[in-house]
Amino acid sequence: METEYLLQMKNVSKQFPGVRALDNVELSVKKGTVHALMGENGAGKSTLMKCLIGIYAPNQGTITFKGEQITIANTHYALSKGISMIHQELSPIPHMTVAENIYLGREPTQWNGLVDMKLMNRNASELLERLNIDLDPRFKMHRLSIANTQLVEIAKAVSYDSDLIVMDEPTSAITESEVEILFSIIRALRKKSISVIYITHKMDEVFKICDEVTVFRDGRYISTDPIEKLTSAQLIQKMVGRELVEMFHKERAVIGETVLDVRDLSGHRFRNVSFEVKRGEIFGVAGLMGAGRTELLESVFGVRKTHGGEIHIHGRKVAIHEPVDAIRNGMALLTEDRKLTGLYLNANVRDNMAIANINEYMQGPFVNFRKIDSDCERMRILMQIKTPSLQQTIKNLSGGNQQKVLISRWLLTEPNILILDEPTRGIDVGAKSEIYRLMIEFAKQGKSIIMISSELPEILGMSDRIMVMHEGDKVGELSRAEATQEKILHMATGLSLTESITA
Amino acid sequence: MKGKAMKEISATAAKAEGKKPDMTVFNVRAIVSKYGIYFIFLGMLIIASLLSPAFMTPINLINIIRQISIIGLIALGVTGVIVSAGIDLSSGSVVGMAAVVAASLVQTKGWSGALFPHLAESPLAVAILAACLIGVLAGAFNGFLVAKTGIPPFIATLGMVLAVRGAAMLYTNGRPVSSLTDEFNFIGQGSVFGVPVPIIILAAAAVFTHILYSRTKFGKYIYAIGGNEQAARVSGINVVKYKIIIYIYAGFLAAVAGLVVSSRIGSGQPGLGVGYEFDAIAAAVIGGASLSAGGIGTIPGTIVGALIIGVLNNILDLTNVSAYWQQILRGGIIVGAVILDQRKNRGGR
Repeated sequence: METEYLLQMKNVSKQFPGVRALDNVELSVKKGTVHALMGENGAGKSTLMKCLIGIYAPNQGTITFKGEQITIANTHYALSKGISMIHQELSPIPHMTVAENIYLGREPTQWNGLVDMKLMNRNASELLERLNIDLDPRFKMHRLSIANTQLVEIAKAVSYDSDLIVMDEPTSAITESEVEILFSIIRALRKKSISVIYITHKMDEVFKICDEVTVFRDGRYISTDPIEKLTSAQLIQKMVGRELVEMFHKERAVIGETVLDVRDLSGHRFRNVSFEVKRGEIFGVAGLMGAGRTELLESVFGVRKTHGGEIHIHGRKVAIHEPVDAIRNGMALLTEDRKLTGLYLNANVRDNMAIANINEYMQGPFVNFRKIDSDCERMRILMQIKTPSLQQTIKNLSGGNQQKVLISRWLLTEPNILILDEPTRGIDVGAKSEIYRLMIEFAKQGKSIIMISSELPEILGMSDRIMVMHEGDKVGELSRAEATQEKILHMATGLSLTESITA
Repeated sequence: MKGKAMKEISATAAKAEGKKPDMTVFNVRAIVSKYGIYFIFLGMLIIASLLSPAFMTPINLINIIRQISIIGLIALGVTGVIVSAGIDLSSGSVVGMAAVVAASLVQTKGWSGALFPHLAESPLAVAILAACLIGVLAGAFNGFLVAKTGIPPFIATLGMVLAVRGAAMLYTNGRPVSSLTDEFNFIGQGSVFGVPVPIIILAAAAVFTHILYSRTKFGKYIYAIGGNEQAARVSGINVVKYKIIIYIYAGFLAAVAGLVVSSRIGSGQPGLGVGYEFDAIAAAVIGGASLSAGGIGTIPGTIVGALIIGVLNNILDLTNVSAYWQQILRGGIIVGAVILDQRKNRGGR
C-alpha cells in the first residue's frame, strides 16, 4: 500500500538559548491537501517550518518526505527536494526586478554562460499571467506596493514546481481581492496534487481553504483534525487552551472634551485631513493599504514632515517637528513595523521597555536602574509578558510578547494620547484580547487612543468613532452605532467619495 | 504581439501602483535621479573647458584617463564589494605588496642593488602571475574573514591594511625595488597606436567587469546578497562562496593596479598605494554605489565617478589651485555625493 502522506515530521525538538521552541512535535501532511498549521505566537509554527526548509537544524526528530527519510541541511537542498516556502517577514531584494527576484538562484543562461534576461522575463511574465497577477516582470521590487510584493513572493514559491509549498501568513499584507487570487492559486495547486502548509491567524481563511488543521501550543503538538470536524470556537480553544468568551469586551468610557484637534493637515500621501479626538475615546482609522493612514499619524507624531495644517492639543496650537515634541505633548506612537521601527532587537526586555522614558530615571548624570527594574517588573506583570527574565534579549520573545513590551514602553511615559498603528498585526488571539483589554482600561482612565487597523472586526469592535481614508483623503466619519463592515469597505474603496463631499 | 501584451501589463501594473502609465511623465524625476551623475559630469566638462583652453585637448584628456586608470582599476573591484554590502579598505596595501613582488622579479640582471639577484629578469608572465596571486590571496583572506567569521568587513579589511603593508615592508626591508626591465615598464609607460597601455587595461577590465556584474549569475548574486542577504540565502544561494569570490576579485584588480603603478614609475616601492582605497571608494560612491544600502552600484557609474575625480584634479591643476585645496574639495565632493545618495534612498521621509 502506498503511503498517503507526502510529509511526516516526527518527534521534532528545537532548543534555543533559554527557550525550548519545539518540544517533540509532529506534523503529517497528505498529498494534494491544504494543511493549516495553527497556534498562538510562540507556539512554534514558524520554527518548525524553518526546520523543514533548512534554515534551522532541529536538535532531534525525523523528516520523511515522499517516503524517504531526509536530513535538510540548507535551503538549497530543501528546494531541490521539492519543498518551497513563502516567508512571512521576508522583504525581497529591493533593487532587482520582479523576474530577477522570482528566479533568484535559478537564472536561465545562454550558450556563453551569461544570464538570459529575455527568457527570464518571458518565463516570469508567463508565470504571472498564469497566476492572474497583473505585474510587469521588469519592474524593480522597491517600486511595488506591499501587496504586490507579497504576490511576487507567492509566484516565486509556486515557480519552483514543488510538491509542497509552505505559506507562512501569506495574507498578512494583502487585501480581499488579492486573497481571492491566492485562493484560486491554492485550489489549482491542490488539483495538481501539490500540498500546501498554510500558516495563518485568520479563522475565516482556515475554514475557507484548508482541508486539515494541526494545532500547536507553547511549542507542543496538540492535535490534527479534518477541518469539517471543528468549529471555530473549538479551534480557538485548542490554540489558547481555554475558552475565550468574547474578543472585544468593549466598555464605553466617559467621553469628554476634545484633546487632539487636527486641522487641514497635508503631507506625503495625504491631503487636508481634519479630525478630533476626545477624552476617553478610542478613535479608529480605517482604510485600505496605501490609504495614507500611517503617513498621517506619523506626521501628527512628528516622524514625517507636513506641509500645511495645524495641530491643537487641549485647545492650544502646538508645533510638532520631531517626535520629541509630540512626546512632550503627551503623545505616544506604537509603530506599524515592530522590527523596523520599534524594537532594539539585540537589547534586553528591560532596556526596550525603559528607553522612551529614560529622562524620568535620571538622578543627576546617573541612571537609576533600581527604579527602572521595579517599573519594568510592574509592567511585566500588568501586561502578562512571557519572558524568562527582564534580561532576556528581546528577539527571543514571540511577536505578541514583543508587542506587549512596546506597549509597555509607551505606557511608562504616561501618555494622554496613544497612537496604535496595527497594534495586533501578526499576534495571536490570546495576546490580542489582552491588548484590547488594556486599550479599554487606558480609555477608562480618561485618556485617548487613535488606532489604525486593517482588520475590520477590530475597528468595529473597539472604536467609538471611525474615520475612513481613501488614497490620502478623509472620506468620512462613522459613529460606533452607524458603522458596519459594508459601509466602511464601501468608503475605503472610494466608492462614496463624491457623496460624502457633497454631503 | 508579445510586446503589446507587455505594454498592457506594464500599464495596468503602473496603475496598480498608483503611478501614471505614461512613461515620459512619471520618469522625469527617475531619469534625473538615475542619470544625475552623468549630467553632473557633462556639466563639469563644459565648465572645465570654459575655465581653461588647455582642458579640451586630446593630450590633456588622455592624460586624465591615464591618471585615473589606477584608481579606476581598484574601483571596479571595490564597486562589487560595496554592492555586496561590504567594504574593502585593504586595496591600497595590496597595491604596494603586488608592486614590490612583481618588481623584485623583473630587476635588470647585474644591477648591484637587486633584491633577489638570482630571480632577476624572470619572464614577464611570472611577475604578472605572482602579483595577481598576491591579490587573490589577500582577497581570499578578506573574504574568508568577512564571510566565515562574520566580523564586519570594515574591521576585517582594516586589519589587512596594516598586515599587508607590513608584509610589503618586510619583503623589501623597506627599500624601493628599482632598475626594472623595459619589458615590464611597458605596462605602465608604453602605448599601443598612441593609446597608453594603462588606459587599454582599464578599458578591458571595465568592459569585462561590467558584463560580469550585470549579466552573469555571479553578478546577480552579489546584488542579491547586498540587497537582502537572508532572502538570497533562502533562495538557495551560497552566500559565503560568493562573498569570498567578490573579495578575491577586488584583491585581484588591486594587484593589477599595483603592477601598473610600479611599472609606470619604474620602481616597486612598499609604500605605494597609500590612501588609494579611499579614492576608489569615492569613485564608486560618486558613481552611485551605496555604502548605506547595498545592492546598488554600477560599473558605468563608477567609471564616471573616477572620471569626475580625474577631471576635478586636472582642472584644479590647470587653474593653479594648490594641492591642499584639492584635497579639501575632494573630501567635500565625497560627502556631497553620499548626502545625495541618502536623499535618493530615503524617498519621502
